[in-house]
Amino acid sequence: MKQILELRVNGDRHEVGVPTHFTLLETLRYVLGLTGSKQGCDKGDCGACTVIVDGEAVLSCIMPVQEAEGREVRTVEGIAGRRGAHPLQKAFDLTGAAQCGFCTPGILCSALALLEVNPQADRDEIARALSGNLCRCTGYTKIFEAVLLAGQAMSSGREPAEIIGEP
Amino acid sequence: MKPGPFEYVRPASVEEAIAALEDGGYDAKPLAGGQSLIPAMNFRLAQPAVLVDLEDLDELRGIRAREDGGLIIGAMTLHRELERSTLVAERAPLVAEVMPWIAHPQIRNRGTVGGSLAHADPAAELPSVMQVLDAVLHVRGPDGGRTIPVDEFYLGLFTTALEPGELLTAIEIPPLPAGATCAFEEVSRRHGDFALAGVAVVVETGADGAVARARMSLLSVGDGPVLAERTMASLVGRALSAESIRDAAAITAEDLDPPSDIHASAAFRRHLAGVLTHRALDRLRA
Repeated sequence: MKQILELRVNGDRHEVGVPTHFTLLETLRYVLGLTGSKQGCDKGDCGACTVIVDGEAVLSCIMPVQEAEGREVRTVEGIAGRRGAHPLQKAFDLTGAAQCGFCTPGILCSALALLEVNPQADRDEIARALSGNLCRCTGYTKIFEAVLLAGQAMSSGREPAEIIGEP
Repeated sequence: MKPGPFEYVRPASVEEAIAALEDGGYDAKPLAGGQSLIPAMNFRLAQPAVLVDLEDLDELRGIRAREDGGLIIGAMTLHRELERSTLVAERAPLVAEVMPWIAHPQIRNRGTVGGSLAHADPAAELPSVMQVLDAVLHVRGPDGGRTIPVDEFYLGLFTTALEPGELLTAIEIPPLPAGATCAFEEVSRRHGDFALAGVAVVVETGADGAVARARMSLLSVGDGPVLAERTMASLVGRALSAESIRDAAAITAEDLDPPSDIHASAAFRRHLAGVLTHRALDRLRA
């Protein structure tokens, strides 16, 4: 059984026909082709599917797609702007915060939802905001460094590279 | 993994929701925030034929102040809203304290207080918290409304006093009595994981410095929230002291019959329950 839904994803409006039992994640990946959000555990444990809905980080793998209607959905694909990578993405690059990369889209979304409200979040606040995102490569240290750097960049308007003195 | 097919219903009123639930009988499930139900459906541990989504029922949302100093919380109110509410911090500090212990931010951004209470997961924090706060649950069904004290709501593993067709609509928390203090403690492997054991406690101290009434409930050590009745009785009539706390911790551990599973043995859970009782009461003595 399919139904027609109107979704707003990364500023674009989509009219999609989706099976009623699809989650938001399945719709993003398998209907809209936005495969940045990852399908990890499918039960809300790993955070790899995290997207931003109406400004809040949520787990798209356990959100029925119907509940995304009428809301503004943002995924990792929508983080970069016209002028290239977002300061948060640049900070991840500069600090080596991504290794295998599977958790990265979800972590970027959790971090962005935090920094847009509180760019001066300290390490503890960042750790709490990312507590629902598992990373099995980095041990989190570089991820926290990246989010701190991005916060500095976002609150000062300076480039992350400039802040850490990279060319 | 995919959930099995189901019919999706999105009622516009509580009456419509109740009618849809009554029509569906045991095959219908209300969907609140879906943070437990959808994972269960993704793994086909739950396969409801009809999903009744409560998303549009704004009358079930919000936190209202009661004139006597208590609170009425709509069942569809998000964990996040409770976590950020100054009214909750002021009037139900135990609820505010427990919020960061409940799963992760993403879950609290979608999960609802009513969903958590009605799901009746024995590892959930809110049933124990609401139990020690003497909360009363407001329920509506095909035959009208009724209220159920938390003490009578939990019947067993994932089982409550809700009848098919009945919907939890609100949670009423009476004002904290004068001289009452409260604490919450839990242990989990990683922050945000299901608790291996946890304890919520409210202690009312009389003018003479002795405990006049105590409420203590444990989670993750039984089929649901476990009221520690003998511990509560042991605390009453004397001031909180190193000795009374030691007694309380020993009684708590002794009275429990917790399950063993992959996460913790029964003996370890019993030990944790004693330690957590000790920690929680110690905080109230300080």
